[in-house]
Amino acid sequence: MEPLPWHRLSAKMLAVHPVQEIIRFLPVLIGVLFIGRSGQGPIWSLIGLGIAVLGGLLRWFTTTYQITPTHIRVRRGLLRRRELSVPRDRIRSVDLSAHPLQRILGLSRIVIGTGRSDRHDEGVTLDALAVAQAARLREELLHRTVSVEQPAKPQGATIARLSPRWVRFGPFTLSGIATIGVVVGSLVNLFNETRLDPDNFGLLRSVINQLTSVPVAVAIAEITLFAAVLVAVLSALAYILAFWNFRLVRTDGTLHVTRGLLTTRSTTIEVRRLRGAEISEPLLLRVAGGARCMAITTGLRVGRGAEMGGSVLLPPAPLSDVRRVAGEVIGDADPPAREPVRHGRRAHRRRYTRAFLFAAIVTGVFVLLWWLAGWPALPWQVSLALFPIGALLAEDRYRNLGHVLLGRRLVFRHGSLVRRRYMLSSDGVIGWVVHRSFFQRRAGLVSLTATTAAGRQHYTCADLPAAEAVALAHDAVPGLLDPFLVRRE
Amino acid sequence: MVIVTEPVLDLRPPANRVNRRAVLFWTTRAALGWLVPLIAELLWLVLGDGGTPLTTALVITAVIAIAHLLVMPQWRYRVHRWETTDQVVYTQSGWFNQERRIAPVSRIQTVDTERGPLERMFGLANLTVTTASARGPVHIHGLDLDTAQRLAADLATRTQATVGDAT
Repeated sequence: MEPLPWHRLSAKMLAVHPVQEIIRFLPVLIGVLFIGRSGQGPIWSLIGLGIAVLGGLLRWFTTTYQITPTHIRVRRGLLRRRELSVPRDRIRSVDLSAHPLQRILGLSRIVIGTGRSDRHDEGVTLDALAVAQAARLREELLHRTVSVEQPAKPQGATIARLSPRWVRFGPFTLSGIATIGVVVGSLVNLFNETRLDPDNFGLLRSVINQLTSVPVAVAIAEITLFAAVLVAVLSALAYILAFWNFRLVRTDGTLHVTRGLLTTRSTTIEVRRLRGAEISEPLLLRVAGGARCMAITTGLRVGRGAEMGGSVLLPPAPLSDVRRVAGEVIGDADPPAREPVRHGRRAHRRRYTRAFLFAAIVTGVFVLLWWLAGWPALPWQVSLALFPIGALLAEDRYRNLGHVLLGRRLVFRHGSLVRRRYMLSSDGVIGWVVHRSFFQRRAGLVSLTATTAAGRQHYTCADLPAAEAVALAHDAVPGLLDPFLVRRE
Repeated sequence: MVIVTEPVLDLRPPANRVNRRAVLFWTTRAALGWLVPLIAELLWLVLGDGGTPLTTALVITAVIAIAHLLVMPQWRYRVHRWETTDQVVYTQSGWFNQERRIAPVSRIQTVDTERGPLERMFGLANLTVTTASARGPVHIHGLDLDTAQRLAADLATRTQATVGDAT
């Protein structure tokens, strides 16, 4: 039998890597070429740039991959050769993405997600292939049987597409804060490398002069207003960059998510790997009437930040749209909308106890520092505000805490600063944890955790009355608890 | 008026206790942990000039340590229990905060026994049962070696009988 061929990545990557590295080292280059400063620092930076470019080129020469009927193999590394081999029936998701440079050259990065649950699992990454090749590879990997006769794939039903009006939710995600961090970081870097004095810029100097000439309160108000507007604008921009052209399409057995203005991403989730969905509402977004939706699926871990990695099913959007999409994805419109059962008086009291305990500890520490170490009285006087704020949060946390079992779907809801609703199929539950702290035992409450191979790996419902927790676990996965159940009068 | 009290469902604790030697093991392990702050404070007292506050701190540390060593192992021994059936592995652990874990045998992915140096001194072993969930491992601490090995072999054979990838 003829051995299967080993493929290389797209040769165009040889052009992409140097440009990428040069962009990353741009502040240094400006410093060296245009300012003409000499010294040790820039030389080392240039050597670093050379090594980075060389490394990128080497990556192309040393990376090869092979698709066999049962496995996908990737070989990489110059000195330390590594061969990664993934059984094709363990492939859970295939994610395509392309940053602007790759899009210009018609390239696409492909990330193959496997079901491994360890924290550092990056899956198999091929960076990058030609778009057509990547798309064909995805079809081949996910559908297993590639029929040559019908190359036109069936167009699926669109569940959701981005409405431009949703951009109004962008500012409420605060994702612009991260952008500001990056911009400030690179500006500082630029000033460092070029040894420019910020005082030399007329604009900056006049701003500083203006701020120092007005009263402190006015200056603080000006800075706050400026920061708020800046964060809002950048957050809206970040929303557009991440989610423009968002589409969620259902085809036979898979969900496709495509999105992105400059860097495009396309994620495919197998429906048979889907174990449920999560609706999350950060406080600001909730006040604005928005929410977002994520998939709970094996092979895709829940990411951080506004983009939520590969698991996003709907970007921040009106709550009614989020509920509709979640309902269509999990195949039941009831779990996203049903008001959960609350946990009763003792759970209510525990929310307040915890809030007041926190406020009391913080205030107590400041009072001690004021009394013993001669701190000003202002910190503990300000921290007294934690009591009313804590009470408001506690009440909201109690109202949001709840659970309900709808058919074969387990619904947990909790949180105030970020309210989350988990809708987990009980087929996905692969174990239970019943946690009882000392104080929970005295109050007759337990925290019930469903462990699962999907999404966050565990979903917890806090402070249920003990008997309700047992009944819930028993109803959700019948038979499992039978040998250990007792009836108490 | 007749008050009908509805019978409520409850979980009974697992049937088997861990080995009695585990009490000694937990005591030793905790004692070794307490030695670190105690010795540090003692050295400071002897070498430096800590004075009254340091002596107070040393006495308080010693009292807490002794209370912990007297209470924790006994309490733990009363809580730690385990049971396996054909379908389920069921454990209870902790002392101040307690936890019950239930994992279906059909979802088990690996079964390990492990013993640290201290556990070997007491002839004890731990059994760890993992599932496809990163948060789902079930540990049974303080088993005697024979029981742990028998249990591991038993669970491993039963796990092989189930099909699918257990997610």
